[in-house]
Amino acid sequence: MLVKFSKVNKVYSTGDVKFQALSNINLEVKKEEFLAIIGSSGSGKSTLMNIIGLLDKPTSGSYELDGQNTAHLNENHLAEIRNKKIGFIFQSFNLLPRTSALDNVAMPLIYAGVPEKDRQERAKKALEQVGLSDKLLSHPNQLSGGQQQRVAIARALVNEPEIILADEPTGNLDSKSGDEIMHIFQKLNKEGKTIIMITHEVDIARHAKKTVRIKDGEIMK
Amino acid sequence: MDILEITSSAFKAILANKLRSFLTMLGIVIGVMSVILLISMVTGLQTFITAQIQGLGSNLLFVIPGRIGGARSPGGVQANRLIYSDAVNLRSKLAGEADVSAAIQRNATLKFGNKNDKGAAVFGVESNYPKIISIKLTQGRFFNSSEQQSARKVAVIGQSAKTTLFGEGTSLNQIIDVAAIKYKVIGVLEPRGSIFGIDQDNSIYVPFQTAQRQFGIDRLNTIYISANDSDEVKIVQDKATAILKRRLSEDEFTVQSQEQALSTISQITGVLSLALGGIAAISLIVGGIGIMNIMLVSVTERTREIGLRKAVGAKPSDIRNQFLIEAITLSGLGGIIGIVLGFGISLIIGRFFTTTVPWWSVLLSFGFSAIVGIIFGVAPAIRAAKLDPITALRYE
Repeated sequence: MLVKFSKVNKVYSTGDVKFQALSNINLEVKKEEFLAIIGSSGSGKSTLMNIIGLLDKPTSGSYELDGQNTAHLNENHLAEIRNKKIGFIFQSFNLLPRTSALDNVAMPLIYAGVPEKDRQERAKKALEQVGLSDKLLSHPNQLSGGQQQRVAIARALVNEPEIILADEPTGNLDSKSGDEIMHIFQKLNKEGKTIIMITHEVDIARHAKKTVRIKDGEIMK
Repeated sequence: MDILEITSSAFKAILANKLRSFLTMLGIVIGVMSVILLISMVTGLQTFITAQIQGLGSNLLFVIPGRIGGARSPGGVQANRLIYSDAVNLRSKLAGEADVSAAIQRNATLKFGNKNDKGAAVFGVESNYPKIISIKLTQGRFFNSSEQQSARKVAVIGQSAKTTLFGEGTSLNQIIDVAAIKYKVIGVLEPRGSIFGIDQDNSIYVPFQTAQRQFGIDRLNTIYISANDSDEVKIVQDKATAILKRRLSEDEFTVQSQEQALSTISQITGVLSLALGGIAAISLIVGGIGIMNIMLVSVTERTREIGLRKAVGAKPSDIRNQFLIEAITLSGLGGIIGIVLGFGISLIIGRFFTTTVPWWSVLLSFGFSAIVGIIFGVAPAIRAAKLDPITALRYE
């Protein structure tokens, strides 16, 4: 099992007010899965995504990633695992401005300690995978939204992570570009990538092999 | 992530924002530049004065009013009690061992026809002055003892005074006005250069008694003593001190050798370069605060970038180092530009005054600017390293 949540709870407290963002989540994601997590805003899907991505920790319960319990890892360990095992794709792309597509894609490899030359090679390859081999030196402001998201996908792929974690990847795109992104996801999944995608759109979730629905911090059966 | 990677990405970040980076560096540039410039001018001044004093010959002693370099320094301006009879007294007591010459000085306007030379230094000296001070004449002669004693109105002029009053024309045997009294020019001195813009050649030498009478001065500026034997300078100095002490108190005069005068000068210039360098260093600190300000703005502006970098695997220490090295690169680059500018401008100023850029001032100012970068880069860097990636990614 790649991702295993057992009785995961997440409680946010501000002063005396407590807010249960996730309650008793049990979730398993196998290798080579393409899972969509659907929920409306405030359902707790972002919290779930942050915990899967090791950006946040559960209040209680356990999370095993690739067989490793993540509860006692310190910040540096978490950064290392994020770097090696998780590729993030965000709704708002989060590309560095004034930086070429190639350098944007190569960025995670800097933190993996990959030498400059290999970084360029691998970033090039990742951009080819998303069909952008002709835009290597373009800056984000010279690319369309769909193209920018494809750069972001290449960046998520470049470290050959275990999981690709996408948070509303089509949220800022028109439906045609959105479909293109989904086709890339399906292609990557066929090639053996595990994808976990969070969305509020049923139409988008359709592209996944499996769907779970989250509401008020609980997974609906 | 190694230091080279971070440095190269710091350079990229700085180049991505050229104008802002330049403005940020400006404080450091100006600070380093002024440190180097001021120190080079003070050091140049010291070199120049040293050469001048050494040029006077090592046998020379100066008697000046007041106390210099003693344990007790005067609390204010003291009355000058050095008078001509002290010089006469020294001359007779030191006869055979040393030559003695008294000097007074005033500033006055020189006039020839419709030409004016304002602010010329008028020296009233004795006829043995050129021999003691070892200056030469390019034209004419110096006044002799009988001209001095009988207070004749004759004058030996410096090069600048000559040029101002006579241009290319003849100066010898012309009659000029010194503070409205007529003098005959009998000689012209060889050029001596200027100290920090003060032209030593804008001067005129007249017989001591003449000057004393004209200006009504009885207090001396200096008594020069030249020992006949260079091995006996110390003995002469002690004797002169003993002789003067019979009439004057210890606080009222100083007999200084050339060596002592040099050390006094270097003390003065040392304090001067410390004071001026200190003022310039303040501008380095102001520059450092400018860097901190911009780095803090930059951290806020790049919050999402920081969040992203953390999400894809940057450790807090990677982020901290990135911002710290950016600050250090900014201040270091500013330091280098400042050094180049300071060096260049001191070369230009060097055409008018003597300037010397000592290597330690370059090291000092560069080191200081790098330290400023570290000190003022730490706070923004730590703030960046502490950002929570989730909040940072959501930051608008």
